Amino acid sequence: MQLVLRDITKRFGPLVANDRISLTVEPGEIHCLLGENGAGKSTLMNVLYGLYQADEGEIVLDGTVQHFSGPGDAIAAGIGMVHQHFMLVPVFTVAENVMLGNEATGLAGSLDVDAAKARVREISSRFGFDVNPDAVVEDLPVGVQQRVEIIKALSRDAQVLVFDEPTAVLTPQETDELMEIMRQLREAGKAIVFITHKLREVREVADRITVIRLGKVVGEASPTASNAELASLMVGRPVELTVHKGPPQLGDDALVVEGLTVIDDLGRVHVDDVSFEIKTGEILAVAGVQGNGQTELTEALLGLQNHVRGSIRLHGKELVGRSVRKILAAGVGFVPEDRQVDGLVGDFTIAENLMLNRSYGKPFVRRGSLRLDRLEAFAKEKLKEYDVRASGITTRARQLSGGNQQKVVVARELSRDLKLLVAAQPTRGVDVGSIEFIHKQIVAGRDAGVPVLVVSTELDEIVSLADRIMVLYRGRIVGIVPGDTPREVLGLMMTGERPEEAIA
Amino acid sequence: MSNPVATKTPPPPEPEPEAEVESHSRWREVMRDITSGNALVAVLAVLLAVAVGSLLIAFTDERVRDSAGYVFARPGDFFQATWDSIWGAYTALFRGSVYNNRVDTFETGIRPLTETLKFAAPLIAAGLGVGLAFRAGLFNIGGRGQMLLAGAAAGWVGYQFELPWVLHLTLAIGAGMLAGALWAGLAGVLKARTGAHEVIVTIMLNYVAFYLVFFALSQQSLLQAPGSFNPKSLPMKESATMPKLLGDQYNLHLGFLLALIAVGFAWWLLNRSSLGFRIRAVGLNPTAARASGINVGRTYTIVMCIAGALVGLAGANQVLGTVTSGVTVDVDAGIGFDAITVALLGRSRPLGILWAGLLFGAFKAGGFAMQASEDIPVDIVLVVQSLIVLFLAAPPLIKAIFHLPAKEAK
Repeated sequence: MQLVLRDITKRFGPLVANDRISLTVEPGEIHCLLGENGAGKSTLMNVLYGLYQADEGEIVLDGTVQHFSGPGDAIAAGIGMVHQHFMLVPVFTVAENVMLGNEATGLAGSLDVDAAKARVREISSRFGFDVNPDAVVEDLPVGVQQRVEIIKALSRDAQVLVFDEPTAVLTPQETDELMEIMRQLREAGKAIVFITHKLREVREVADRITVIRLGKVVGEASPTASNAELASLMVGRPVELTVHKGPPQLGDDALVVEGLTVIDDLGRVHVDDVSFEIKTGEILAVAGVQGNGQTELTEALLGLQNHVRGSIRLHGKELVGRSVRKILAAGVGFVPEDRQVDGLVGDFTIAENLMLNRSYGKPFVRRGSLRLDRLEAFAKEKLKEYDVRASGITTRARQLSGGNQQKVVVARELSRDLKLLVAAQPTRGVDVGSIEFIHKQIVAGRDAGVPVLVVSTELDEIVSLADRIMVLYRGRIVGIVPGDTPREVLGLMMTGERPEEAIA
Repeated sequence: MSNPVATKTPPPPEPEPEAEVESHSRWREVMRDITSGNALVAVLAVLLAVAVGSLLIAFTDERVRDSAGYVFARPGDFFQATWDSIWGAYTALFRGSVYNNRVDTFETGIRPLTETLKFAAPLIAAGLGVGLAFRAGLFNIGGRGQMLLAGAAAGWVGYQFELPWVLHLTLAIGAGMLAGALWAGLAGVLKARTGAHEVIVTIMLNYVAFYLVFFALSQQSLLQAPGSFNPKSLPMKESATMPKLLGDQYNLHLGFLLALIAVGFAWWLLNRSSLGFRIRAVGLNPTAARASGINVGRTYTIVMCIAGALVGLAGANQVLGTVTSGVTVDVDAGIGFDAITVALLGRSRPLGILWAGLLFGAFKAGGFAMQASEDIPVDIVLVVQSLIVLFLAAPPLIKAIFHLPAKEAK
């Protein structure tokens, strides 16, 4: 089925989110929609899916103009959407989720679950998905949950499939698998719209690329274009994708972790007897597939984990057993893995978020009273210094794009007097322009003598930032290797192979 | 990366609606919507409730019903009767709550307004207690229990001791606030230590408090007045009674002034203090608060203690100001629950709660006048109050009725 979007315009009040966007997607084609967060990609797709009504322009499927008043119409017309945040009921089985909204019923309205199971099996085997229809969705890994979403769309005979930032939540392996699935769907003659801001993925699978910036189509590119070309189209200016950093000025051991073991409330071991140290002026990058103990490691450093054995010493001072507040006061900066959950209060203003972990004592509190004038001056300064794009310091954090939210978090942490910076996934869900900026800030921190622990599941990020790389697998250290270790070796280490073996 | 490319940066993109943060707790989101919806919705909810109330008033009026029987023959009668009934009811409400124009002197005419203020005082204080807990993400349903214990404690100090006036009154009020704080703090500690849900705990503590106070009031060795068989204590000593603000011809007493001070205190606490900052952070995103070094459990406990103290002020207000003839189990007089409505209507903001408390005080004062002069059941006022809650709990309904722009669907 051929999809044509013609001059779609969507306004929110004075803001033009989509400005006469035109797009043609042929069957058997993967059409990539590339743009930074907030460029208007998701708005466009919500128009296509019937969630928003376009102010101008039309949607044409195989030559017929469509009018969608809701997702139901779009689904009936053959459009399937794989959302960034899955629209699944966690406690339902795969089959139940697939039939939800399109329930086949038998006698007296009883649900025909068997038919749904058969449908899941059929689609699953046709595309080699390997999904058990009886599995409960919440027990499945994220990558498999996403396949359930795809099956759901396919079970309604979707001919146009929209993937909205599908790789944001996936591990590198799962991402590769998804790419394979998308290629198969292309072979099956589906028209595929792939929304992303990750350049590597685009170049890997796209047949055509349309770049959107500030609600407008700014150009088409071929998949053979270089990363730098794509990035500059997206951002609207030349972008440096590699981090320039000098050799580290190493000092003494600042952070010494010995025999660290983290156990959760259910008794499962997430970090298993981990020992390492970081010197002042050094970036230690922790590589590994998501879910191999990185989250628990960083949380243990912050005092957020309840059952911790071993020792964490920062300049000789033991941190294990201290409260989060004391650890923060000891000079530990923390960029959490999920800024919306742990890093920011969405309904607080930028200024309030900038003092979130400094609500005790100086410099913003005196005798229990907030010093709003100081906070205001500080926030204005940081807004400028960190290039946070917002109308002012009273803008709510939730209104900012992902990149700008992360800049607020980084600004807050780096503006304290740090003895250690722990940055977990510092650029996840952040646009290219902001990634460049955030990396630069982290390197600047390291050059100022702060030891840095960076956790990332993106090898690009690991390789560009690290002075040394520590690979975690199932909570254990596979090895600590120099920053210039080849990617292939790191990739093997991430599957648990020892560095000696991996190199051989 | 040390050399930033010095080209023109694109103009800052406007914050996009699509960049809204997806909250990980839908329930918390809904709670927050209800407890902090915008002011316009609050005002419209009141207007709508009054409008529906008008219909009910008309329906319950016998003359309207009679004239409805021959509405096609003489429609004029029907509409006249309906108009008379509704107009009569609301003017009576006004006469009972603001100014009575049917008396000769201004001094007596203004009396209803002072009654309104008197009724508003405990509603404001208790509403602040509930609203403050809301801001920390806690639903304090325990106003009734907190008021009862506060009333008992304030009353006991009030009749038991022989002290100079200012000191005695201060001590009695302090005892009430302390009792409320401890009772509510219990729910806070349980929440912080064991994760027990505060809604369940505070509701159950209401029963515990009721029977505890009832028991104490029936025991000669405890609170019961000597030689009495009624569950009632001795009346308050003169030295522990709140003085009348405008002389003896009005019932308005010191409690209203204290409620105003409480409003100022709550405003400062929430908007200008570091504790209030932490309370709001915990209420809006407890995980981020925790990761920022804020002790969430301790904040819950502290908030509940302050909330209980404010509700306790309402309890003391009743025993030491409004009904000084002695403590009974009717101390709460429904205020503990009305406070929830007041806090909701005031969107959990101190100034909003002040206005909402005044409105509900007016309803209370005016409701009696309405019944007396127009023979309209006072229950109509309760229905209107309940409708306000109903409409507040369904902001999308209000927005649909008044064609306000709804939030764009995600």
